[in-house]
Amino acid sequence: MKSKQSFYKRHDTLILGTVSVLIVLAAWQVVWDLKLISPLFFTGPSAVAEQFVERYRNGTLLSDLAFSGQTFAIGFLLSSMTGVVLGIIIGWYRWVRLLSSPWVTAFYSMPRVAMVPLIIMWVGTGMSSKIFIVFLFSFFPILVNTIAGVKALDPDLLRAARAYCATDWQIFKTVALPGSVPFILTGISQGISLGLIGVVVGEMLGGGSQGIGYMVAYGGQAFQTDTMFVGVVIIAFAGILFTWLAERLERRFSRWKPE
Amino acid sequence: MKLEIDHVSKQYRMDRESREVPALIDVSLSVGDGEFMAIVGPSGCGKTSLMSIVAGLLPFDAGTVSIDGNPIKGPGVDRAVVFQHASLLPWRTVTGNIRYGMELQRRFDESTMKERTEYFTKLVGLGGFERHYPSELSGGMQQRTNLARALAADPVVLLMDEPFAALDAQTREFMQSELLKIWAQAKKTVLFITHQINEAVYLADRVAVLSSRPGRLKGLFTIPFGRPRTLSLKRDPKFLEIEDQIWKLIEEGVMGTDPSIP
Repeated sequence: MKSKQSFYKRHDTLILGTVSVLIVLAAWQVVWDLKLISPLFFTGPSAVAEQFVERYRNGTLLSDLAFSGQTFAIGFLLSSMTGVVLGIIIGWYRWVRLLSSPWVTAFYSMPRVAMVPLIIMWVGTGMSSKIFIVFLFSFFPILVNTIAGVKALDPDLLRAARAYCATDWQIFKTVALPGSVPFILTGISQGISLGLIGVVVGEMLGGGSQGIGYMVAYGGQAFQTDTMFVGVVIIAFAGILFTWLAERLERRFSRWKPE
Repeated sequence: MKLEIDHVSKQYRMDRESREVPALIDVSLSVGDGEFMAIVGPSGCGKTSLMSIVAGLLPFDAGTVSIDGNPIKGPGVDRAVVFQHASLLPWRTVTGNIRYGMELQRRFDESTMKERTEYFTKLVGLGGFERHYPSELSGGMQQRTNLARALAADPVVLLMDEPFAALDAQTREFMQSELLKIWAQAKKTVLFITHQINEAVYLADRVAVLSSRPGRLKGLFTIPFGRPRTLSLKRDPKFLEIEDQIWKLIEEGVMGTDPSIP
């Protein structure tokens, strides 16, 4: 038996994925070059790339990216911190859970897009209203998953910790937090994808004039299909990047799990 | 006396029927320094309640439990429990789990904890498995980790709550003889709970028998065999005779309280 696998076998995921993307891009470019599609409603890879470079040169790409990135980062940090802390408190204390459960259930199951006009009315059209929208979109999945994680803690572990004289804080640090990590990470990756939707929705409906979401909305109104595609490609890449990061984080924390 | 259980009673409140159901009635038991005391009884005799009471995890209604003359008021560093389910932190390695009890109790400094962890890892025969996670261990090895965690915490009294009940018969026999070897070196006072009579007789200096529903102390047997003991002892006629006596005592109790027998 040869223990060393071929280069292809070791990297088949990457190679076949890249090949697939390249084939589709090439086919699209050929169709575009042959002028089989109308530039009013559609565009080609080369035109998108040109628009990309153009927007990079005049600075709008980076400023929009910075605006959206900042909005997302602040909103998501706020929601993940408050979501995990509140989730642990709600999961741990039964009376807090009973008090909060009608609200959590209502907000979690409601389509949060419905809140967007209300938030704009209250907070305005600036960055803070978009941060609030990202927060609102990503907070509930993190909260609900953390609560589930705390409720699923192994009572045997809590009993063992108590038998060894653990304080509440020690139980929190050594049992409650690490025990709910897999659930928290699920919540975080759901929170990331919903938070991304929040950025785009906030910028599209939020009445401002900055950000990647605004770029897409503006491109649509002005029939600038290239501009729209630049935005869509960026959003798609952000989604892929964050999903990959969340997966790595999850793997980092689940080394102890059975194979 | 190291461990003194003095007229302990415990009742459970049944909320639905709004009445008290007695689990333990007036149980008194003294365990001497370095003694291995086993408690046997049928299921539902309250032996796990008794263990939880001594561990300080369960409030009780009457009596006192004291260690070296000090009445217990909750969990304490003078006791350590080896649970029936290994109850190991799945995200910690063998080393991390063996340290865990010491870490929580904060009685030892870092270098002592490290030394003790290494010593007890070797003593229970887990040398070479320090970096394994519980999910990578067999049931027997998980219970060794559980035992090492308790011993490393350096308790006055070691409480063992049916620690081998979940193991297969062969592993259980092997773990019993291992436990005796470890106990001979660690020199701890042990309170060992089991429903297996031959396990109790094989391991203990004395065996206390609890009756079922409610739990009362029905008998106390002094086991006359010297140490070290080997597994062949279990086929000794004298051993079988003691086992039989205990069995009869338990059987009487079960027949007497079974509501299906008029």
